[in-house]
Amino acid sequence: MGKEENKKSIDKKISTVKFECSQNSHLTVNQAKCAKCKQKPCLFICPANVYIQDEETKEIVVQYENCLECGACKIVCPKKTIDWNYPASSFGVVYKNS
Amino acid sequence: MNIDYNADVIVVGAGPAGVSAALEVARDGRKVVLIERAKYPGSKNMYGGAVYTTALREIFKEDFNSIPYERVINSHTWSFLNDTGSFDITYKNSSATSALAIKRFDLEKWMIKVAKKQGVLFAPNTLVEKLILKEGRVVGVETEQEQYFAPIVILADGVNSLLARQIGLRADFKSKDMILSVKEAIKLDKKTIEERFNLKDDCSNGVNKQYFGSYFGNLKEYKNLFMMTFLYTFKDTIMLGVGANLEDLNKNKLNLNQILEEIKLHPDIAPLIKNGQTVEYSAHLIPETGYNKMPKLTSDGVIVTGDAAGFINSVHFEGTNFALISGKLAGESAICALEKNDFSNATLSIYRKKLEKTFILQDLYTYRNIIEKLYERSNSISIYYPKKIKELFEIIVSANCISKSSQIRKYAMSYFKDRKISELFKDIFSAIKCVIDVFFGK
Ligand SMILES: Cc1cc2nc3c(=O)[nH]c(=O)nc-3n(C[C@H](O)[C@H](O)[C@H](O)COP(=O)(O)OP(=O)(O)OC[C@H]3O[C@@H](n4cnc5c(N)ncnc54)[C@H](O)[C@@H]3O)c2cc1C
Ligand code: SF4
Ligand code: SF4
Repeated sequence: MGKEENKKSIDKKISTVKFECSQNSHLTVNQAKCAKCKQKPCLFICPANVYIQDEETKEIVVQYENCLECGACKIVCPKKTIDWNYPASSFGVVYKNS
Repeated sequence: MNIDYNADVIVVGAGPAGVSAALEVARDGRKVVLIERAKYPGSKNMYGGAVYTTALREIFKEDFNSIPYERVINSHTWSFLNDTGSFDITYKNSSATSALAIKRFDLEKWMIKVAKKQGVLFAPNTLVEKLILKEGRVVGVETEQEQYFAPIVILADGVNSLLARQIGLRADFKSKDMILSVKEAIKLDKKTIEERFNLKDDCSNGVNKQYFGSYFGNLKEYKNLFMMTFLYTFKDTIMLGVGANLEDLNKNKLNLNQILEEIKLHPDIAPLIKNGQTVEYSAHLIPETGYNKMPKLTSDGVIVTGDAAGFINSVHFEGTNFALISGKLAGESAICALEKNDFSNATLSIYRKKLEKTFILQDLYTYRNIIEKLYERSNSISIYYPKKIKELFEIIVSANCISKSSQIRKYAMSYFKDRKISELFKDIFSAIKCVIDVFFGK
């Protein structure tokens, strides 16, 4: 399965998950450091496809609304720059069937 | 220290470890507050699919009988996948009741109900943002709204344990020491599941399958990828998921969902989930810090338990039992300290001694090198041997009109020719080492 196909597959699966969406992101990246990050593992590792790169500005866009709160991105980030928190109480993922 | 305490013990995290710890303290007649960030307990949690009755009975006693499980899991298959099929070993015991399939939403809801009945004060929908320290000792927690104080805080906040990190009980995680997993809950009707898996219709039996190997589909191309696939039958849902070493994913630039999609196409698995509808997708980490990289388990005023301490045996999919029993021991240790009115690390270190007397630190010790060996030999386990098993069985079953003896000789020789001989010896030594570790473990 290619990258684009995988993104579509993830998006479809994310639509099965219930979320309580917060106005505020619980994940913050440091764009200056991201610009210098060669591998950018956040872009391919996240099982929810939360991180994407803006084609024009090249900045990392964080679609925190889709985050499954697993913690993988924080660990693989080579610059250790993701300010990773849990969403505020009552927000974030709500698993009912897992 | 002059502090107005709100409770005797605060427990952070209402998974199996936290509930068990809180219950233990409440049963001793003390005031315990159990804080959980989720609005509905269990709704932040996912796992493979089965809890174990020995530990549940020990913690929940007579209330255990009211657990709302979906199926008894008493058929276990270990399956080595190759590109066209598999080699399976199945063990069934239709009267066994040691494992139960239950969703975390239902499990945690039930556990909390029991805990509340026995006096645990439950505070859901409350995120602990940080621990409060005074003179180097943990004396309470800070939530978004307020501060709560207690002489002992038990951290049962799961694998990511931000709180243990905050006070330096552990270092940052390395990707090598983590397994990332994703899962789909796939809905089918009950009858279809029973027909496909040959199950009785009263939920008294169910299936767990563990699949090894990645010698199929696109995954064949990844030389070093340690992954384990799992399947559990629930009442009208099949849980299908996969876990892979986070460093392997990173090095191979692989997304775990790609792997799961590949698995769903495998000829052994596709028919099992055919026409099923994915009703939920989920992701979670599994700690592989094990014995060698265990965090500091106690410090002044604080105890770490369950996944937060890395108490798990992922080879056997055991985690909730480690969490339940370690949580109980954390509760017991807190009571000890309360009795002595001494909350220092020295007093709380009785926790480690208790753990050492149980399977928790004993199994962690026994398996201390095994996971690492499995990772080291991941190419052998995931690719090479699944392929060799296929070759062997093709000789046995294909009736290809060639003399068996010559084929077997050729097959045996291939072990020396396929790869560098050193690889074969490394496999053998690793296997022997694992056997010795288990045999002479604690
Ligand atoms: C894919 C997968 C398959 C598994 N399969 C099995 C299996 O089949 N059988 C088995 O026995 N085990 C299995 N396990 C392991 C098992 O799920 C865990 O070991 C077990 O859940 C650990 O329990 P715990 O209470 O320590 O942590 P958790 O269950 O993770 O609970 C931690 C709780 O703390 C809460 N929390 C975290 N931080 C805060 C905070 N700051 N403030 C407030 N609340 C907080 C969380 O919301 C959560 O409810 C599996 C794990 C995974 C990932
Ligand atoms: S991996 Fe970390 S540093 Fe690199 S782009 Fe992603 S967030 Fe930025
Ligand atoms: S925590 Fe998991 S799901 Fe959320 S952004 Fe990070 S990798 Fe993605």
